[in-house]
Amino acid sequence: MLAGFLGFQVIKRVSPLLHTPLMSLTNALDAIAVVGAIALAGAHETNFATILGTIAVMAAFSNVVSGFLITDRMLKMFKSSRPQK
Amino acid sequence: MTMVLPTFHWIELVYLVATALFILSLMWMSAPTTARHGVWAGELGMALAIVGTLLERGIIDYRWIAIGLVLGAIIGVPLGLVQMTAVPQRTALSHAFGACCVTLVGTAEFYLRTPNVPKFMMSVLSMEVILGGLTFTGSLMAAGKLQEVLSQRPITYKGQNFVNLGMLAVAVAIAVALVLNPGHRNLFPVMVGISLLFGVMLIIPIGGADMPTVISLLNSYAGLSAAAMGFVLNSKLLIVAGALDGSSGFILSVIMSKAMNRSFTNVLFGAFGQVQASAAGAVEARTVRSASPEEAAGILAAANKVVIVPGYGMAVAQAQHKVRELYDVLTKRGVEVTFGIHPVAGRMPGHMNVLLAEADIPYDRLKEMDDVNSDLPQTDVALVIGANDVTNPAARTDTSSPIYGMPILDVDKAHTVMVIKRSMSPGFAGIDNPLYYLDRTLMLFGDAKGFVGDIVRELSGSQH
Repeated sequence: MLAGFLGFQVIKRVSPLLHTPLMSLTNALDAIAVVGAIALAGAHETNFATILGTIAVMAAFSNVVSGFLITDRMLKMFKSSRPQK
Repeated sequence: MTMVLPTFHWIELVYLVATALFILSLMWMSAPTTARHGVWAGELGMALAIVGTLLERGIIDYRWIAIGLVLGAIIGVPLGLVQMTAVPQRTALSHAFGACCVTLVGTAEFYLRTPNVPKFMMSVLSMEVILGGLTFTGSLMAAGKLQEVLSQRPITYKGQNFVNLGMLAVAVAIAVALVLNPGHRNLFPVMVGISLLFGVMLIIPIGGADMPTVISLLNSYAGLSAAAMGFVLNSKLLIVAGALDGSSGFILSVIMSKAMNRSFTNVLFGAFGQVQASAAGAVEARTVRSASPEEAAGILAAANKVVIVPGYGMAVAQAQHKVRELYDVLTKRGVEVTFGIHPVAGRMPGHMNVLLAEADIPYDRLKEMDDVNSDLPQTDVALVIGANDVTNPAARTDTSSPIYGMPILDVDKAHTVMVIKRSMSPGFAGIDNPLYYLDRTLMLFGDAKGFVGDIVRELSGSQH
């Protein structure tokens, strides 16, 4: 609840200019679910759980990689018309 | 899980630091100048959390994790390097992956724990897999529509809302039954199956123009399901990350809905594009004025102030680099050029900003709707490139129009309006645009990229 409220306050201030990078960034952060998947795949409790866990690690980690990669690529492109010093 | 330990486990500290970094990361995201620090903070937090988890004692077998990580990286790198025009599809796809992970983990957790699942845990677990399941298939459908593998036209049938709500009700009823008796092993796959099906059915009636709202909403669901997973696994890090993602998606969908003057339920349950028949009758007799690239160049050269309004058509034609050349050549002649960006222009929130930034147009030239609207009456030329519904004055005047009340860019108030469009066919919402029949409007028929290129050639040629 607190996190939700905090998120609200933080995200309300993001300008529409950056909405797409914002979405891809939160997407990457959301992929922190990978830790749950890692724990599941690594615990080796049942074969079923390990297989699901492995696919889950794959899905989430692809988000980690692509999410951060594309967010950074997008942000690199935003330039001001005033030359930066 | 390891909560019985009386001492403060180091991994908790790692997760706490990662959580703080995530929040910092989003705070830095609020301004373009600090946004890249935000990405680095997020990456650092993520790395800490992953390494911390890998070193935790609970893990006895690393082989499967390694396979998962390697395959994930193999899929992730090309997805991170897609064309900027493909960003909406990529985003939808990554929502699907995120939801897929959450659903699979939830399913595995259920079978590991059943039949001894506490009531609270079973409730959040159900929420996790229902939201995860519908987000997974829903996002795949959205990605398919955006990639145009699937038709962008909404598909509707009689009783659709009834069927959809019924399916959701059944899924929730099964969830309740599972909470009361978590031993029903056979009910669980039914619940997951219905959620998956529900995701498909939910997106089928949604048209291309509603995609920004839908993507934001799916983003929100993906976040919420991850937060639910955080409750199941008792991981505060996951709860916080999920809640951040969930609220960001929620805020974006509220902004998008407002920008279209529609409620959530309206976007989800009232398909667009079914109403064009009523308006189509009267249009035949009206005439439009069209102009050549030479004439358009002449008008632009004589202007002092030009507002360019880009839309999805610019993205489809990949015209952003040509638009940049136009911006350059006009600026060099002393013409003041700004860009008017409607919140729902394109197929996802902020779509146009990213494309124009890709073409090296400085972000302080990109103006939001309200700023542009106060400028437009003093603007000599409004150049509309591939945008349609967001400039439709019927939204202000015609109460019978399906988009009546939607905030628009008032390009019809500029002294001259030029619209680059391939043909007179209506936009994705299927609504006719009275803007095209105004006396002050010139239609520039052609491919956005080619036409803008011709104008640029004309302008730079006449300089010598």
